Amino acid sequence: MDRWRRITAQQRTLPDDAVPVVLSMQGAHGPVVYAVNAVGLARGISVGARVVDVQAIHPDMHVEQGDRNGDRVLLDRLAIWARRWCPWTVAEVDGIIMDVRGAAHLFGGEAQMLRDMHARFVMQGLRTRLALAPTRGAAQVLARFGTQGVICGPEDVAEVLAPLSVAALRLPSDIIRLLDRLGLKTIGALEAVPRVGLMRRFSGVGEELNPLVLLDRALGRSADPLDAPPDAQTWRAYARMAEPVIDPIPWLEGLAEDLVGQLAAAERGARRLRLTIYRVDGEWRFRDVSTASASRDPAHFVRLVAGKLEGIDPGFGFDLMTLEALQAEPLALHQDQLGGARDASADIAALLDRLTAKLGPSKVTWAVWLQSYKPERVERGVPVLVGGGQTVAEVMHERPLRMFDPPEEITVLYAVPEGPPARFRWRRVAFLMARFEGPERIAPEWWRDRAGTRLRDYYKVEVMDGRRFWLFREGIVGDGRGGAPRWFVHGVFR
Amino acid sequence: MGKNGGCQKGGFKVEQKENKLEGCMINDSSLGQLVRLGERRGVVDVPALDAAQAVLKDALSVQPFDAAATAFVLACLPRSKAPVLWVQDRASRLENGRVYGPALKGLKLLRVDVSHARDVLWAMEEGAACAGLSAVVGEVHGAPPVLDFTATKRLAMRSEVSGVPVWLIRSGAAEGLSAARERWRIGSLPSAQHPYNAAAPGTSRWEAELFRARGRSPGVWSVSDEKRGRENRLCFLSRSGDGPMETDHGATAHATG
Repeated sequence: MDRWRRITAQQRTLPDDAVPVVLSMQGAHGPVVYAVNAVGLARGISVGARVVDVQAIHPDMHVEQGDRNGDRVLLDRLAIWARRWCPWTVAEVDGIIMDVRGAAHLFGGEAQMLRDMHARFVMQGLRTRLALAPTRGAAQVLARFGTQGVICGPEDVAEVLAPLSVAALRLPSDIIRLLDRLGLKTIGALEAVPRVGLMRRFSGVGEELNPLVLLDRALGRSADPLDAPPDAQTWRAYARMAEPVIDPIPWLEGLAEDLVGQLAAAERGARRLRLTIYRVDGEWRFRDVSTASASRDPAHFVRLVAGKLEGIDPGFGFDLMTLEALQAEPLALHQDQLGGARDASADIAALLDRLTAKLGPSKVTWAVWLQSYKPERVERGVPVLVGGGQTVAEVMHERPLRMFDPPEEITVLYAVPEGPPARFRWRRVAFLMARFEGPERIAPEWWRDRAGTRLRDYYKVEVMDGRRFWLFREGIVGDGRGGAPRWFVHGVFR
Repeated sequence: MGKNGGCQKGGFKVEQKENKLEGCMINDSSLGQLVRLGERRGVVDVPALDAAQAVLKDALSVQPFDAAATAFVLACLPRSKAPVLWVQDRASRLENGRVYGPALKGLKLLRVDVSHARDVLWAMEEGAACAGLSAVVGEVHGAPPVLDFTATKRLAMRSEVSGVPVWLIRSGAAEGLSAARERWRIGSLPSAQHPYNAAAPGTSRWEAELFRARGRSPGVWSVSDEKRGRENRLCFLSRSGDGPMETDHGATAHATG
C-alpha cells in the first residue's frame, strides 16, 4: 500500500485520505482485495474479500490494481538493505525476519534499535509493524497481532502469546475453522489442551500446517533456524593513484590481474566488465564490455577494455580507477591441453568479444535459420553474445548466392506473355535475357503477412553475358490486389 | 568442355588423350603434329586449390553485381565444422547484396556487417589471427584509400602465421596494389547446356584468371562445378591459347550492358 502511494504520488493526485482505497488482485472468482488503507481497515474491509462485494457495501471505495511481483522485489531488496542491523535477514511473503541476536547492543539496546528501524523505514515512506521476540514464530505473531514495537523477553513468550487468536499462527483457514469448532480460539487455549490428543487429531497434516508444531516453534521448544540468502558478491579491483593521471592504460594490467585473482579464488569467470574512472572534479565515467563466454584471462580483459577507452574523458585527471565484474558465471579451473595446442573455441569466444566490443552487438551476428517460405525470412542474425551459430539448413530448391534486401525493382523494356521479361533495365543497364528457368511460385504466408500481400513468381534468368539473376513478378494480372504486377530482382545466382 | 577429344585442324588430326583431369588443354601445334598432353602439364596448369594453403588471396569481380567471385571463393573454402567469418562493408552490401545463407551448404556463418572498409580490415585482421576459424572472407567495394599495400600485407602475414585462409572479394574499380599471394579475376560465362531443358540455364561456369601469383604461373581457366563424384569440387579447363574454345565463347558472350 505504501509503495503504491509512493509511486502514484509521483504521477497523479492521490485520492482523499478519508476515502477507503483497496488494491485488487485477480482471484479465483474475480478480483479480490489485496491491500487496504487505514480508513478501509477501520470500515471493516478485510483482505481477501471480493472487490464487487466490498464495492456494494462501500460505494465510495477507490479500487486500484495491485502489483504482487513488485512488492516481492521491493521486499527482497529491503531484506538485503536491512542487513545494516544484523547479518541474517530473510524476506517473507509479507514481512522481513531479522535475527538480531548479538546485534542490539551496537544500536544502544533493543528498544533503541527498534526506534531506529522505524525511523529509517519511515524515511523511505514505508510504515512498519515491528516486534522483537525470542523465536521466529513469536515475532511473526506479535508483529501482526501484537502492539506496535512490542519487545518480548524469553521468559514471558507464552504469557504474551496466550490471549492472541489461533489465526495468528498463520494456519490455513480450514484448520482454524476446525480449532474454532473444538473451542480452541486462543493460543493459550491451544496450549492448555493435552498434547497427545492434539497430535493424534493433526497427525495427517504436514509440518508447516500442524498447529502443534507451529506452537512449539513459536514458544521456542523446537528449533526454527533462519536460512538467510548469502550476500551478493562483488568482484572489484581498485587502483588508487598518488596524484591525478590522464592515461588509464598503464594501470589496466594490474587491475585485470587483481580482478582475475579474485575471480579465480571464487572459481568464477566474468561475463560483463565495467571500468570506472573517478575524476578529480567529482565526475565519474565508465565503460562496459561483455564477453561471449566466462573468461578469466587478464590479457583478454586488458585488450577488451583498452579497445573501448576511446572517447572516455579524463578531464583534469582521475585518482581512482576500478575494474569490476558486473556479471560472473562459474568457471572451474581447467588444464590446457598437454600438447600445448590452443583451444579453438576459446579463441573464437575471445574473437567475438573483441569484435562486439569494438563494432557493437548488432553488427556481429550468427546466422540462424527459420522455417519460412519467404526467401528473405529464412535467415536471421542473432547477436553473438546472445545465441550460438547453426550450420546452414538444407533448402530443396536452388537459391541465389547473393540476395538484395529489399528487392530492387526493374523496368521491363520488352515483356513476353509467359515467362520473364525478354529485355529489362536495372540500375540503368539494359539486359537481354538469354535463357530462363521457372517459375517457382511462392505464395504469401497468410499467418504472417498482411492481408493483400501478392504472390511471387520467381524466375532464374541468365542474361547474354552469363550473369544469372533471380527475378520475380509480384502478383498476377487480375488477382484483385493492386494494379499491374511489378518485377523485381531479388538475387544473383552463382 | 572435355568432350572435344579429337578435332580437325588443318587436315591433321589432333588427338587428345583423356587423362585423369577433367579438362585438358588443347594445344595447337604449328607443325600440325600429333600432340599428346602429358599429365605433368595438366597438373602444373591447374591451380592446386589446397584448403590448407593459408594465404591472403584476392578475388576480383570482372562485371558488376556478379556472384561468380563469391561462388569461386566459397568453392575454395576448406570444409570444416569451424565457423567462417564473413565481413562486408556497406557499399558492397548495397551494390552486390548480402550472401544468402541457404545457398551455402554446410557452412557456419559468422557475419560482421560494418559500414566502412577500415572496420572490414580491422575485423579481418582480428579474424585472421584467430586459429579457431576455418576461413575469413572480407568484401570491399571500390578502392578505398585504407585498402592499400600495407593493409593487405598485414593481412597476408597474419594469415600465414595463424594458418587461416583469408579471401578478399573486391568489386568495382579494384585494380590496386595488393600483397595478396594470389590474385584472381572472376567473371561469369554463359552456363552449360541444361540436360533436360534447352531454354534453361544449366551448370554455371565462370572464367577465372589468375593474374598474379607467387610460386605459380598465371593463367586463364574456365571453371565449372564438377557434379560427378565429390561435391564442391571445381573443374578447371585451361583457356590460354585455346583457339576453338575462344571462338565458341565469343559467339555467345557479347556484353549487352
